[in-house]
Amino acid sequence: MGHKTPLFDTHTAAGARMVDFGGWDMPVHYGSQIEEHHAVRRDAGMFDVSHMLAVDVTGARAREFLRYVLANDVAKLKEPGKALYSCMLNERGGVVDDLIVYYLSDTSWRVVVNAGTRDKDLAWLQRFAGTYGVDIRPRTDLAMVAVQGPQARSKVANLLGEHGAAALEIKTFYGRELGRYFVSRTGYTGEDGFEIMLPAGEVAAFWQALKSAGVRECGLGARDTLRLEAGMNLYGNDMDENVTPLESGLTWTVAFDPSDRDFVGRVALEEQRKAGVARKLVGLVLEDRGVLRSHQKVVVEGIGEGEITSGTFSPTMERSIAFARVPAATGDRVQVDIRGKLLPARVVKFPFVRNGKVLVQ
Amino acid sequence: MSSIPADLKYLESHEWARLESDGTVTVGISDHAQSALGDLVFVEVPEIGKTVEKGAATAVVESVKAASDVYSPVSGEIVAVNEALSGSPELVNQDPYGQGWLFKVKPSDTAELGQLLDAGAYEKVVEKEAH
Repeated sequence: MGHKTPLFDTHTAAGARMVDFGGWDMPVHYGSQIEEHHAVRRDAGMFDVSHMLAVDVTGARAREFLRYVLANDVAKLKEPGKALYSCMLNERGGVVDDLIVYYLSDTSWRVVVNAGTRDKDLAWLQRFAGTYGVDIRPRTDLAMVAVQGPQARSKVANLLGEHGAAALEIKTFYGRELGRYFVSRTGYTGEDGFEIMLPAGEVAAFWQALKSAGVRECGLGARDTLRLEAGMNLYGNDMDENVTPLESGLTWTVAFDPSDRDFVGRVALEEQRKAGVARKLVGLVLEDRGVLRSHQKVVVEGIGEGEITSGTFSPTMERSIAFARVPAATGDRVQVDIRGKLLPARVVKFPFVRNGKVLVQ
Repeated sequence: MSSIPADLKYLESHEWARLESDGTVTVGISDHAQSALGDLVFVEVPEIGKTVEKGAATAVVESVKAASDVYSPVSGEIVAVNEALSGSPELVNQDPYGQGWLFKVKPSDTAELGQLLDAGAYEKVVEKEAH
């Protein structure tokens, strides 16, 4: 049996189908993955993301520490509460994990990391913490719920009592402490919404209140189709320790400027950039019927081969979409090997869908 | 609890088979199978006229989650496929033993039907998987 979040009993009581995800027993759906997906695009859905880990980084040199261990530059964060998406790299430029970091104060920062990598991430952070005299504290006392969709923020705000108005003032990609809750306007779906961290003992009641307010329970299945449509990478699928952000569609998250900021992996990335990045991560839309899946071979005529890193059926577009790592010279058409048949696919820009609207044709 | 009609025969790999009055065998996947797969989004049916062996991968059902092979419970020739599934794969979820059928085989050896599981034996297979 895997690890359980504080909502495990709530999920099983609701009839969820449970699966292993990074060593955690998590709900994959509560009946219909597609209906859950549509609920987030059209109204409001919620996800138990308590398997992810919040880590508080504190100390006088905390900013300096984070500027060294993260590929994006936390010096961009000027206002308390502002969040930043970043990769954490190894010396070869490979991705140890991707994460979100919140600037709480000059001496206090919060990092949220993936479930499957939490032990590795903590060890990695600890490795550099001593030099900077920072304290690394995993917040295993917190549970986390993501509420996403066009109606998500108003439904959450209604449950926050005196803090409701303050919650609605939170700007996109900011977080704020509201009583015992930490509320951020972030997510992994391409819709507006909140992610809420709260004491583990209070999450079951909060979940129930959201459900009573008409927020639909959604599993990891819908979370995956939503993030794929939104063009958001999944660690372990679309990137890992053996590829760099430059080969993973994440060049925009690497802050090469200022040029005098040293960060772990910088030398390797600069060498790769100078030599020319051989591969890129692109979006694919399958022209025919069928479903693109990870590890299917991509054939780029006259150029070479690539591989699908994540693929699915898009419930919003009603066709199959994927991320694929392909040769850098790949143009706008490829073929995908599905059970021995080569089917044509178009190369498109991310995202596929945002705020309920299809952005690729 | 999933539904397991008593008048059908089953494979351990969750296909069902029904001997029709015209001597053909209709094949689909069980209620348990469709529920485990989740929402189906694509079904690849065989070509009419194709010869299949008992136990051979004959169709593919794909849910949002994964692709799964469907094995033929009997040997013979494919004489019909469910064309409605190309536009409405969800019929397999909604009505696995009725409108969600996949293909019909004209069996070359009707004795093979006797080797399939009856509803009681199949129920034990499903129960075992749940533990």
